[in-house]
Amino acid sequence: MREVAVIGVGMTKWGELWEKSLRNIFVETALLALDDAGVDKIDSMYVGSMSSGLFVGQEHIASLLADYLGQVPVPSARVETACASGGLALRLGFMEVASGMSDVVLVSGIEKMTDVSGYEATYALGTAADQEYEGYHGITFPGLYALMARAHMEKYGTTREQLALVAVKNHLNGSKNPLAQYPFEITVDSVLNSVMVADPLRVLDCSPITDGAAAVILCPVEMARKMKKPIVKITGSGHATDSISLSSRKDITWIEATYQAGKRAYAMANKKPEDIDILEVHDCFTIAEICVIEALGIVEKGKGGKAVEDEVTYLEGKIPVNTSGGLKAKGHPVGATGVAQVIEIVKQLRGEAGKRQVKNPKVGMAQNMGGSGGSTVVHIFEKE
Amino acid sequence: MSTPSRFWREIPQRYRLEANKCKRCGYISFPPRLICPQCQNREFKETKLADKGKILTFTVIRVPPQQFVDQAPYAVGIVELDDGVKLTGQIVDCDFENLKIGQKVKIEFRKIFDAGEAGILCYGYKFVPE
Ligand SMILES: [Zn+2]
Repeated sequence: MREVAVIGVGMTKWGELWEKSLRNIFVETALLALDDAGVDKIDSMYVGSMSSGLFVGQEHIASLLADYLGQVPVPSARVETACASGGLALRLGFMEVASGMSDVVLVSGIEKMTDVSGYEATYALGTAADQEYEGYHGITFPGLYALMARAHMEKYGTTREQLALVAVKNHLNGSKNPLAQYPFEITVDSVLNSVMVADPLRVLDCSPITDGAAAVILCPVEMARKMKKPIVKITGSGHATDSISLSSRKDITWIEATYQAGKRAYAMANKKPEDIDILEVHDCFTIAEICVIEALGIVEKGKGGKAVEDEVTYLEGKIPVNTSGGLKAKGHPVGATGVAQVIEIVKQLRGEAGKRQVKNPKVGMAQNMGGSGGSTVVHIFEKE
Repeated sequence: MSTPSRFWREIPQRYRLEANKCKRCGYISFPPRLICPQCQNREFKETKLADKGKILTFTVIRVPPQQFVDQAPYAVGIVELDDGVKLTGQIVDCDFENLKIGQKVKIEFRKIFDAGEAGILCYGYKFVPE
């Protein structure tokens, strides 16, 4: 296998982008990544998108977007594993470059979510759960994570305030990220007084509906060295599945697919949890961040709530989590999220993260998750 | 909108709780499967789920999907049945304030929702505290 580097990143401001179409958002973002890498031609591309069909009524977007990026006839594939689509696009791009099949590969993710009503968006997101045995009974995504939150609180004594602190921390980080959808701070009180969505989760425990894209350029490390680019290597990649139905899992408080994907990524990179300097995780809901840092071995089982209360996961803490603002503050255009996590890790490792820069990180990790944990993709990155 | 076949083919599970049990390891699949997720055996015997269990976790849905708007707020939980199978479903005929993890419930057959203007009535199981 060849060593693989990320040599270019591109992301534009996320939010409710009513004036922009799916293809516009994609091309603007991808051009930034090409410029950052200093290339204008690619050999192949991947697009992570959960549901362009339900969100904008358009399938076949891999070719559409290759065309509008001026790259036909390059091979282009759309990748879908619900909210982990972007992370999986990265894994496939990584494998393609590592295998020697292609040299310069564009990996992107996109979702245009505000062309439909709130009900239609809720429906589209709900298709990531088991439609016949979960959705049929009226459960929503906030509802599924609420079931996990209540069970975690009962089993480990995790508090309502600890959940709120995840959102407070991520908004504090997001307030330093000019590309975030909601770049402002919030307080524990504002979380606890926000509208109840699915007890015990309130609206400020939930990531928002967002339009946005993210793109990165991969190439062999050898080639990147010749191009004299700052090099961030992908040294570990793990991917795992679980039942998409929450009730089928042995332990409702434990995200086994994240544990399994993490284990594979750690083994490939020859790293341990204590080697990770910065971490981007899939905080689609506050409880998710708590469960994920436990499953990745960053904290002990049951101690995720305590970790945020003790500020271990804050920007100045021992292991900063979601320096970008996370899904919570940065926004969550579903298919784009996994690629945007990579961009944050690359910026941090290059020392380009501005006001939210962590002091001299060497090793970063990104964890991207689909549904209520039915899939997870984990990557480890190292600065050369 | 979905055709009626989407609903009627699930009737054995939703109305009668039909499941299958692995002849090798005893794993109960609901809905029935063709290969055991635990031991990959392909031989099963038909069985029915237990009709009682206890609440493992629950929530109250305040922001519902469109076809549940007239029912909100409503409680949904994961219940572990007496045979060990875990199911997601609504918990009804209860005060939300009194719901507790570990509470005993029984399964009842109820209407779940109306599927759009064509008016297909969708039935299934719900949980009622004992
Ligand atoms: Zn078996």
